[in-house]
Amino acid sequence: MRPEVVLVRTGVANVASVTAALRRLGVEPRLSDDPGVIREAAAVVLPGVGAFGAGMERLDAAGLVTPLRARVERGEPTLAICLGVQLLGIESEEEPGVPGLGVAPARTRRLMGAPRLPHFGWNEVAPDPGCTIIQPGEAYFAHSYRLDDSAALAAEGWAVARSNEGEPFVAAIERGAVLGCQFHPELSGAFGAALLERWLERAAVACAGGVA
Amino acid sequence: MVRLRVIPCLDVKDGRVVKGVRFQGLRDAGDPVERAVAYEESGADELCLLDVSATREGRASAVETVRAVRAAIGIPLTVGGGVRRVEDAARLLDAGADKVAVNTAALERPELLSEIKARLGAQCTILSLDAARRGGAEDPDSSPSWEVVVAGGTQRTGTDAIQWARLAVSLGAGEILATSWDRDGTGAGYDVELLRALADAVPVPLIASGGARTTGHMETALDAGASAVLAASIFHDGLTTVSQVKLELARSGRDVRLPLSSPTAR
Repeated sequence: MRPEVVLVRTGVANVASVTAALRRLGVEPRLSDDPGVIREAAAVVLPGVGAFGAGMERLDAAGLVTPLRARVERGEPTLAICLGVQLLGIESEEEPGVPGLGVAPARTRRLMGAPRLPHFGWNEVAPDPGCTIIQPGEAYFAHSYRLDDSAALAAEGWAVARSNEGEPFVAAIERGAVLGCQFHPELSGAFGAALLERWLERAAVACAGGVA
Repeated sequence: MVRLRVIPCLDVKDGRVVKGVRFQGLRDAGDPVERAVAYEESGADELCLLDVSATREGRASAVETVRAVRAAIGIPLTVGGGVRRVEDAARLLDAGADKVAVNTAALERPELLSEIKARLGAQCTILSLDAARRGGAEDPDSSPSWEVVVAGGTQRTGTDAIQWARLAVSLGAGEILATSWDRDGTGAGYDVELLRALADAVPVPLIASGGARTTGHMETALDAGASAVLAASIFHDGLTTVSQVKLELARSGRDVRLPLSSPTAR
């Protein structure tokens, strides 16, 4: 049983690749920016958009801050991709003074150690033992900012997967049926498809009333 | 660390893959979707799709081809050809491109790069730069320089390629796809001096393009500072496969993503 998946319409985010990846897994996502739809949806994907400030502004303007926060806090099936996972955090160096959704206790900083930015390409994903959706492998990244790896994430029940590009950084986080990926699962070939499949399975279990 | 990338390039005209020499004399090289799927299976890290007829004919890229390729593949897709306005770039992203390569229109109006970056992000904004050596033949005694060429190489612009790359990055280009006009389709190897000059000049990733025939060519490009190597003819013509190239790169100690399946996988 596939859960109904709603893709958050953020205006300019590249949703075509996410849509195509979900279709290949037998899911036809619905595109919406309606707060009620986002609140009630079985599963929600928050795709990557351009910049942190503009991203938060759009979520705010559409009234999506509260429903997205509630979903993540309740552990409802939610997948945040690239900028999406940064938006889950507290704030970002990219747009000082603009608060994020604040549901993951991490800050976003520039990936200073990288020899070249943006960090474009395939890099390792090394999950902590606590990860169950995220498995080890290589995924496709396209970003210049990354989440800080803080002890606070673990303290609040998030399992972390790491990568390294001149410096270690957070590749992905998961807690229950909530998954946040700095990389693009929709562009990560077979690795990404398998990850999306595991998230969809977790979402289906959560929707059926199972323990997420 | 991030893996070095191998990127097959599909030059597309009227919905078919084509390939020429120095952008001319195009011949048919197959169906773009079939090619794209085969390249992903063979371990391609990304795909590049260039609508080679778009600029001269003054129209936007082959949106339908992009849509069909995107539906079939799960790796990044860079699309270029005929992008003149930020709306053209947005339309390509809607169709399934992940990065948009801008060439001629950015030369005519460099702010186009800032506009695309502002609306779609630097990770979507790729400068496609076609460079030709000044002074014709390669002279080992003089320090080389390159000028930007447009319109399929039929027009030299007089613009210095290295200075243009610097300006483009300062305006928002997040990656440079650097094609050597002198080497394109010739199999004589990448213009390594051009790549080294560009890699030294800009802090963004650099994709080497034009002239690859052997894995050795790719190694010299990567050693010169390229983050990725692009090739068309050698893959289209079956001279080698992406998986073979990546195995050879791995054997010589380069950090590449190997195909998940067996080493003999195509």
